Amino acid sequence: MIVAEQKPIKTIADLIEDSNKVLLVGCSACVAVCLAGGEKETEVLASALRIKRKQEGKPLETVTKMVTRQCDPEYIATLDDSVEDVDTIISLGCGVGVQYLAERFYNKWVIPALDTKFAGGSIEHGQWEERCGLCGDCILHRTGGICPIIRCSKSLLNGPCGGSQDGKCEINKDVPCAWHLIYERMKSLGKLDKLLEIQPPKDWSRSRDGGPRKVTREDVFID
Amino acid sequence: MDNFEPKIVAFCCHYSAYSADLAGSMRLQYPPNVRIIELPCSGTIDHKVLLSAVEDGADGIFVAGCMEGDCHFTRGNYRAKKRVEKVKEILDEIGFGSDRLEMYNVSADNGTRFAEIANEMTERIRSLGPSPFNKKEGDKN
Repeated sequence: MIVAEQKPIKTIADLIEDSNKVLLVGCSACVAVCLAGGEKETEVLASALRIKRKQEGKPLETVTKMVTRQCDPEYIATLDDSVEDVDTIISLGCGVGVQYLAERFYNKWVIPALDTKFAGGSIEHGQWEERCGLCGDCILHRTGGICPIIRCSKSLLNGPCGGSQDGKCEINKDVPCAWHLIYERMKSLGKLDKLLEIQPPKDWSRSRDGGPRKVTREDVFID
Repeated sequence: MDNFEPKIVAFCCHYSAYSADLAGSMRLQYPPNVRIIELPCSGTIDHKVLLSAVEDGADGIFVAGCMEGDCHFTRGNYRAKKRVEKVKEILDEIGFGSDRLEMYNVSADNGTRFAEIANEMTERIRSLGPSPFNKKEGDKN
């Protein structure tokens, strides 16, 4: 999932300083799972903003809405009747959701309530970890299902650097060395010989270096 | 404010603090400012509910669960404690201040302690004065 984290309430409050009525839009997809922009977080943020503004003598009117996914135009369209009389739209979606709202409601001021962090998963309830570098050219079949692109601090392709000590990365003793994990896993699978294949430099044009990317499935186009 | 009678909302666990309201049966005196809301477990308290109480004009709010280690549902009171701490952080962050919200632990057979908590919270809120969200109707609902 896309993992995000809410900005400080004061930062969000500063961004809507001139607004009297705002629409807060939560998203039921990734950011709901990582407890940053789901229904509950949307209501809590709305409440906190109202309390702050009322104390300051500038009461804020809030409307809260949830959409199934902010990254699909058909769901964004369900908000058409809710945006007309609001000064600002606050998106509790990831960066994709904010942009979809801004595109759909071109004449409205749309602001992000979240900082979009990474593609990852939960390691325990309340904690999430980055697991995918979104490089566009997956090599997990060569590395025992452990991604060296994002889990190795240097994104090395052919084994650990000299900073790997006792299974930990030199950047932080709490960060496991991805290549140590890869070695241990390949060893347990009896596939260490696979690691002897030298990986050529990666084609980063399939990642962000090739500019904004697009995926097309013409067979599922409706028209 | 001389005649300020705080409105205090107490979210009380069914298995402990709510039963500890036997303070009344024990003829123990505690201020009538505390409005008790029964929860099936203190762990069912929610950030939004606490913030709603603030918005709706409660001068003080407390959550009362079982003694630590004694939760009927094993860990509900620890969860309540963490949520109360989080809401206190939010209230500090937005300038409301966290003093009007507190978490307590009290056992079901300790009516005396419940009365103490009610007194302690009432005195604390009395010294803080009315919530900015409390209207002038004072202690009337």
